Amino acid sequence: MLKKMVVSALLAGFVTGLIVAVLQTIMLEPLILEAELYETGQLVHFADVTREMPDVEIEWDVMRVVLTFVASVATYVAFALMAVAIFAYVNTRGITISPRQGILWGLAGYAALILLPSLGLAPELPGMYAAELRPRQLWWAGTVIASGVGIGLLVFGKDWVKWGIGLFLIALPHIIGAPHPDAFGGVVPPELAAEFTGRSLGMSAINWGLLGMLVAYFWNAENKA
Amino acid sequence: MTTATHTAAKSESALLSIVLVAFMGLGLFYATGMASASTLHDSAHDVRHSAGFPCH
Repeated sequence: MLKKMVVSALLAGFVTGLIVAVLQTIMLEPLILEAELYETGQLVHFADVTREMPDVEIEWDVMRVVLTFVASVATYVAFALMAVAIFAYVNTRGITISPRQGILWGLAGYAALILLPSLGLAPELPGMYAAELRPRQLWWAGTVIASGVGIGLLVFGKDWVKWGIGLFLIALPHIIGAPHPDAFGGVVPPELAAEFTGRSLGMSAINWGLLGMLVAYFWNAENKA
Repeated sequence: MTTATHTAAKSESALLSIVLVAFMGLGLFYATGMASASTLHDSAHDVRHSAGFPCH
């Protein structure tokens, strides 16, 4: 069982990670590279608009793209391992998850790990102002756990007490509030930041639906083998 | 071994595998998504930003 779980997670995570890396390189990487031109001062936002902007182009670094592919595969293998563990646990309760249902499970993961935390901490570009890293990571991790348990209670709970606790858990991190910087002073243009945040949230929805579908597919295939 | 204890032992080992795999995933995610060691951070930098994980 252990081997089957690991094999299906590796396959699902590898395929998802590769597709995500391709999409990310096309949709998000150019915005990150452009933001870094502002972060490093090669371009300046709020510069005198009557002056011409220096003619700076984003530069692609092959090694950086390769590392992004590796990190993307590793990240989605990690999520696939956790997803397989959840699917296998659900199996022990007599429920099999089809690839179609897997998409819904993936979107629930998207809600818990990306969408609900983004209500407090929006995906951000390099060069933006933010609070200290550790408190943000702690808030993020707490939000993921509370949202995940909350969604589980909403979906599988059968009475008002469970639904109430589920809603409360989902709301709690936002009642506490995410750590925010004392002042705004980022060097990245807000138009660029908004474009990035919107794209990031949209891409993640695709990524997670795909992950859920592929984990269900490979896990069921390994189980039949 | 009776059937009952056999089933119990089997589901216990299944549960152990599930917990083990979950922790493997958690550990790997910590390394790629959260750890602050500079090699890990730099390699995963763009992935962390794109996914919206808190990064520097």
